[in-house]
Amino acid sequence: MSGIPILLERCAKTFADGTRALHPTDLEIAAGETVVLLGPSGCGKTTTLRIVAGLESPDEGGRVRFGDTDVTEVPIEKRNVGMVFQSYALFPNLTVAGNVEYGLKVRGMPAADRAARVREMLAMMRIEPLAGRAIDQLSGGQRQRVALARAIAPRPRVLLLDEPLTALDARLREDLRLDIDRLLRSLGITSVYVTHDQAEAMALGDRIAVMSQGRIAQIGTPEQVYFEPADAFVADFIGTMNRVAGTIEDGALRFEGGRVPLPAGHAAPYAMFRPEDLRVADPAHADFAGRVVSAFFLGDHLRLVVDAGGETPLVAKLPPRAGVRAGDLVHFTVDAASIASPAER
Amino acid sequence: MSRARRSPSFWALLAFTLAVCAFLVVPVVLSMLAGVTLNYFVGWRGGLTLDWVAKVWTDYRHTILLSIQIALACLACTLVIGVPAAYVLARSRSGLARAIEELLVMPVAIPGLATALALIVTFGGWGDLRKSWVFILIGHVLFTLPFMVRSVLAVLASIDLRTLEEGARSLGASFAQRFFGIVLPNCRSGIVAGSLMVVTLSLGEFNMTLLLHTPLTPTLPVGLADAYASLRIEVGSAYTLVFFVILIPLLVAMQWASRPRDPSSTTR
Repeated sequence: MSGIPILLERCAKTFADGTRALHPTDLEIAAGETVVLLGPSGCGKTTTLRIVAGLESPDEGGRVRFGDTDVTEVPIEKRNVGMVFQSYALFPNLTVAGNVEYGLKVRGMPAADRAARVREMLAMMRIEPLAGRAIDQLSGGQRQRVALARAIAPRPRVLLLDEPLTALDARLREDLRLDIDRLLRSLGITSVYVTHDQAEAMALGDRIAVMSQGRIAQIGTPEQVYFEPADAFVADFIGTMNRVAGTIEDGALRFEGGRVPLPAGHAAPYAMFRPEDLRVADPAHADFAGRVVSAFFLGDHLRLVVDAGGETPLVAKLPPRAGVRAGDLVHFTVDAASIASPAER
Repeated sequence: MSRARRSPSFWALLAFTLAVCAFLVVPVVLSMLAGVTLNYFVGWRGGLTLDWVAKVWTDYRHTILLSIQIALACLACTLVIGVPAAYVLARSRSGLARAIEELLVMPVAIPGLATALALIVTFGGWGDLRKSWVFILIGHVLFTLPFMVRSVLAVLASIDLRTLEEGARSLGASFAQRFFGIVLPNCRSGIVAGSLMVVTLSLGEFNMTLLLHTPLTPTLPVGLADAYASLRIEVGSAYTLVFFVILIPLLVAMQWASRPRDPSSTTR
């Protein structure tokens, strides 16, 4: 199953009631790549997916291309895409095997080939024992495995996943995420994955498109969007970002609690850094100090909320044995290389 | 539970429930019994007979067959019109669709006599239609169609039809493939329940049919009224007995068909 590149050109979507779900958007997805559309609800991620799928058509002027073919006018039935829905959308009148077989049947594949392909798919998703079950006898995780098998069975050119794990509980979500990851790697199929869960996005995406208010705020590898967020929205949406405002003096940002060293060329009167970039230091070599407001022991790390005199408290992530308690005065250092400076909104 | 001491209120409720059942069932049983007594005024001690039933069958067979014919034709019409109509209404989110759903109740709310008069005024002059059994059929379809539509609509509203269809489309299914392969099988219970309503309502429809029928096209309920009005009460009661014998297996069969079914036992 080889992938095919997807290209969206100036795709916008305005609904009948006048709301603009998506502003004109360009998006290029390489063959075999997994792009995750990440954002809060109403950010336009599902609309973008539905335009790729062919369930919505873009406003006048927008084009959708699969490889060299312009598929803008092609309905979803003819696009040869596999789709996985949050609500599974399995057919309750068919068994597990019947569901997986459905796409092959409507394409007119001979019965013997269908049976072989269904067995292959059930084995791949490790659900062979469920073949004869009715859909309402399955758990949520089993249902989503059936939905994946059903979507992949007809060898689609593109796999589209719309919040496939959102309806599952945490443990199942973890299991199925591993399965989906394995599946996407082994198939090498071009896929678009919609989610509002940043951990899912980081784990599965070759690239992540962070969306906000009908626009792509930033697109890049998980490392890029995490370490070099393009703006404050992206910085806040992906993980936790500390923000300190002050005045620039001698290549450092001076604020009430002390100073933050800045990388060369940093001109903004504020600095942002991740909780895990803070280290505890002895007072002589520290950059700044703060009073611990709360300390949460989370097993694999210790999460501190620190009042260092800035407008908002800072969050620090320390090793679990750091031995810091609420009320302690703690001294920190932070490396200039880990300071980000995304545009303010 | 069975060993626990039943409170007085339990016995009071049981007595009340049994009394209500008796209130509903006793007249029916008495009426059917009357149809097999030699003489109603003597009672069943006077002897039982099937002569009255035989008389009904010879004299009124044509009304029974016509009623069954109309009921089946009516079922066919409501299936062909009602199921696609329900599908379109379920798919549409427009205010017009909601308004149509409300309007569909109208034929039920309007007295049958009024609908019948309206039909006679409108179509009475159309060739031989007035003399045909089809004229009664039109009235019955008008009366029963809302039951079919609403019954199917209720099921379609409960199964996230839109996403199911999107799933089928993504797998390459054409409109016909997904309508017959996905939509219809998944609203089977609504279709069966609707069919049950339509057939029983059509078989028992009297108000409208009283005006719509001609001496050449009496249906079962019309014949029944005639028998009670003009013949011995034993004949009318035997007629009722025949009516039940037709209706009850039909009701049981359709209830059986509408039981929840497990797809794993029906496919391969």
